[in-house]
Amino acid sequence: MLDTPHLRIRGLQKQFVLHLLEGKTLLGFTDVSLDVPQGQFVGIAGRSGSGKSSLLKCIYRTYLADRGAMRYRRADGSVVDLATADDDTMLALRAAEIGYVSQFLRPTPRVRALDLAARPLLRRGVSLASARERVAVLFERLQLPAELWDGYPILFSGGEQQRVNLARALVAAPRLLLLDEPTSALDESLQAQVAELLAEAGSRGTTMIGVMHDTALLAQLADVVVTMAGGRMVDRQDGGRCSPAGATALSASA
Amino acid sequence: MSALPTPAAQNGHAHAHPQARDAGPDHPHDHTHGDDDEHAHPAIAVHAPLAATAEAGPAMRVAGLTKLYGRGCPDCIATTGPDVETNACAACGTLVACANVSFQLQAGHTIGIVGESGSGKTTVLRALYGDVTPTAGTAHLAAYRDGQRSIFEASSAERRRIRNFTLGMVYQHAWEGLNLRISAGGNVAERLLAAEWRRIGQIRERAAGLLGRMEVPVAWMDDFPAYFSGGMQQRVQIAKALANGPSVVLLDEMTSGLDVSVQAGVLDLIQEIQRDEGVAMVVVSHDLGVVRLLCERTMVMKNGRVVEAGLTDQILEDPHHPYTQLLVSSINA
Repeated sequence: MLDTPHLRIRGLQKQFVLHLLEGKTLLGFTDVSLDVPQGQFVGIAGRSGSGKSSLLKCIYRTYLADRGAMRYRRADGSVVDLATADDDTMLALRAAEIGYVSQFLRPTPRVRALDLAARPLLRRGVSLASARERVAVLFERLQLPAELWDGYPILFSGGEQQRVNLARALVAAPRLLLLDEPTSALDESLQAQVAELLAEAGSRGTTMIGVMHDTALLAQLADVVVTMAGGRMVDRQDGGRCSPAGATALSASA
Repeated sequence: MSALPTPAAQNGHAHAHPQARDAGPDHPHDHTHGDDDEHAHPAIAVHAPLAATAEAGPAMRVAGLTKLYGRGCPDCIATTGPDVETNACAACGTLVACANVSFQLQAGHTIGIVGESGSGKTTVLRALYGDVTPTAGTAHLAAYRDGQRSIFEASSAERRRIRNFTLGMVYQHAWEGLNLRISAGGNVAERLLAAEWRRIGQIRERAAGLLGRMEVPVAWMDDFPAYFSGGMQQRVQIAKALANGPSVVLLDEMTSGLDVSVQAGVLDLIQEIQRDEGVAMVVVSHDLGVVRLLCERTMVMKNGRVVEAGLTDQILEDPHHPYTQLLVSSINA
């Protein structure tokens, strides 16, 4: 059981069929195979359009993969294929163990920052006061000015929204955290702060898959860095966090 | 008749949500119904607490729901639908309002139905609520006979009880859901009386509590909704629909007549109150922004058929059906 990786991706492909353009197809990525062991950080590097974000969205099921499998080991040890799991199973996984930080927050109108970030906890039945308290700790560490905590994130700057977004994901302590450019709008000192928080999550056993343009930050955080180009995985390097186990983190891929 | 017995009902309402427990009457001993199970307060005990939703199974299962207007013929289904872009049967002229609509809804979850006028989305809601008699199909509610029998097979008396105790409806037009000639508080009270609440003090308290949650000023409780703004009328309607502690609330274009700022307020309140009351919702809207905000899952309908269903973010970001792609590319949700 322990040998089974947290997530095992095999032969995954995402292609878009554009019916409004006479059925033209666009390739997101193809033939992606990857093993992600429990508690490891797999970084994904590559240029814009190489398929990095599409891969994350397929894992989270915002996109439907059209070929391949994603065998995910749940907290209870059972294994589910994220490519074919039904919608209710995906919703249960999102609520309990898979988190996603998108590059941009899409804030709910008229919901205050503290409450927005507290929502994942509220849905699990945590009391409002205690959920807010846990969010506040993260807001403080992410240096979100206290006068914004009761503000509406829809009015925030990109960097402020990104911190709300990160806090919302981290407060839920997911088992698998998908990160799509989580620090793109943050300055260096804030990036260091985020790196520290992510490293802490990793040491508590959170598995992470992160897309970042900043290769230095990626190398610092990741056990393994894979590179995508033209929709394929073209390279694999051990990252700065790499341990002997990390060397086997990745299966052979294109 | 043994309509709506639930385990929670048999235990009294000790495990119902606190707000309802505080406001709920003791066993309402009227004499219209025979057996004791019914008298344990089903109005507030029918839905499971939020934390138990994962194990509780679906609150509602709908299968093959079909509604024809006309005499019908063997060609009705084959000659209508999104591929031929018509609802009218080529052979007999029967209108196929909806055909073979199936979905299930977990307790406390929200599913959206989007589509243009004539897609059949409102027919689905009205059939579930009992405003329209379906031609075929089944709908099972966990709160009705433990989900063992379709509500479409229920007797008319049972059907009325399901409507009064287990379902709620918010109509597009306030005048369909509200009696505009009785007060806002009276509208909510009407619903509670139908669900066999008997104590005036508790009815008033529940009505005031819900209207307060929907940010209807307390001072307006005794005023007629006929004089309210559209947004305020919809808030009263939502309070009324939630009053009896339904397990499923059906909402038909509830914010489409409202200004954007008013709409945001109503949507925010409904999310908050949904979380607290643990109610499942079916939200019909032509507005993908509303669905994005409220619904975890979405079905897309066209010409009476479901053309695509999935997680809402997937429907919006990776639509597969040509019609869904057109819909998503036409708006800015």
